[in-house]
Amino acid sequence: MMKHLRLNRHLTERLGFVGLTLMALVTVAPIVAVVIYILAQGVPAISWEFLTGLPRDGMRAGGILPAIVGTFYLTIGTAIFSVPLGIAAAIYLSEYAPENSLTRLIRIAIINLAGIPSVVYGLFGMGLFVLFLKFGTSILAASLTLSIMTLPVIISTAEEALRAVPQSFRTVSISLGGTRWQGIQRIVLPQALPGILTGVILGLERAAGETAPILFTGAAFFLPRLPNSPFDATMALPYHLFVISTQVPEMPPQIQYGTALVLMAFVLGMNLIATTIRSRARARRQW
Amino acid sequence: MTDKIVIEALSLTYSDGVESLRNISMGVRENAVTVLFGPAGGGKSTLLRCLNRLNDLTEIRASAGRILIDGENILDPKTDVIALRRKVGMVFARPVVLPMSIRQNLTYGLELAGEKRKSRLDEAVERSLKLAAIWDEIKDRLDDPAIALSGGQQQRVCLARVLALQPEIILLDEPTSGLDPISTGKVEAALLELKKEYTVILVPHSVQQAARAADFAAFFLQGELVEYGEGKSIFTMPKEKRTEDYVTGRFG
Repeated sequence: MMKHLRLNRHLTERLGFVGLTLMALVTVAPIVAVVIYILAQGVPAISWEFLTGLPRDGMRAGGILPAIVGTFYLTIGTAIFSVPLGIAAAIYLSEYAPENSLTRLIRIAIINLAGIPSVVYGLFGMGLFVLFLKFGTSILAASLTLSIMTLPVIISTAEEALRAVPQSFRTVSISLGGTRWQGIQRIVLPQALPGILTGVILGLERAAGETAPILFTGAAFFLPRLPNSPFDATMALPYHLFVISTQVPEMPPQIQYGTALVLMAFVLGMNLIATTIRSRARARRQW
Repeated sequence: MTDKIVIEALSLTYSDGVESLRNISMGVRENAVTVLFGPAGGGKSTLLRCLNRLNDLTEIRASAGRILIDGENILDPKTDVIALRRKVGMVFARPVVLPMSIRQNLTYGLELAGEKRKSRLDEAVERSLKLAAIWDEIKDRLDDPAIALSGGQQQRVCLARVLALQPEIILLDEPTSGLDPISTGKVEAALLELKKEYTVILVPHSVQQAARAADFAAFFLQGELVEYGEGKSIFTMPKEKRTEDYVTGRFG
């Protein structure tokens, strides 16, 4: 009886190990599949003209430069609003906020903000920025909308990065006659910076890839020139991909996959930067 | 010799009303090592952290009494705590070097106060490292990260970092608790030198260290100051039964 039980335990352990390993591998499969598929389909479309030219022939030929530039502008615009605000909020929450009902309210708001579907942000942005503040369908309105969507990601990752800096550094700084802010500025922020940057990039990466929030606030269906003011509407890669995949008849599929490839490269490139920053900082960390 | 610090009927209370120190009165002599010893939870560290108002960061508040340093009540809300903390330096139990070079660790406090002149900073680095008896060991690698030093060296750098501010009082909260005997000996030797110029208050990590270092000693038990007097008499002829029991190792 005992022997039987022991065998069973070893068998269970073995099966469990094999099963869990398989399941972990299964989670990797879709990502690899997507990347390979988009690469295979998209690479033939990539050419100098595709990357630097204007769309021609009802977007069925030519390049996607306005969409690339538009996504770049939207990402920068989002960063301009969300990064300072997000980092400031994170510093307040991590370094200054007392534990009271106001702070709890702020935290609950941030968590819920992160859970709102992106199309709702789009509608809200149209109401507030496009119509009420009269920014029109513009890079400005779309950037502000994307900023609101990105803020929770930036705030929560930045707060986490700040909290990871040992409390003892702050205490020592204060015991040496420093103000709270001097300790934050000279020690806590520099130490948390790689973590904060990682969060910023991950947040912006999400903003760069979103379609719904810019749908009503800044994205142009077709604009065969580059935007030249924050009040211009703009083409953008994710929305362009949606348009050429659903709205344009007789679209050559390779242009769709080429656009998808460029968008994916943009987003994965940002991801790579974030990962590099993080691993470099870990290697250099002095605590 | 005069009392640098006078503690008058001090009681400390946590925010939930529990007292951590009850009605403490004692004077601390200038140019001497005063040791606060006793079992854990007796309130020694808490008292230490009152002297530079580091308890401001916690939930502990003085509910009664005064602490006079050079005749001024530092518990007064109008006290300039930044000036106070420069005057009353502190070394912690675990050496906490800041994530920067050795040199930057030493000049950190001065730079916070706005000192930018390189000559002044360099002079402070050398003077304080010599006082902390570590100059010869590390003078050739001042620009290395401080974390690369051994634990004992780090703790002496922490002491030097405090000395760089030219304080008048130095608080040490079990400064050798994580150190090997050789490093401990070096820190204790440095303290003997320091008391010539400074008022030193030490929470030791053992009764033996208390006995070795104390000019004056105060025995704390569960928030109460049981006995206070010259080190020689407390460790050889304690007046209180409880002090004797602790010093001779019957409890604690």
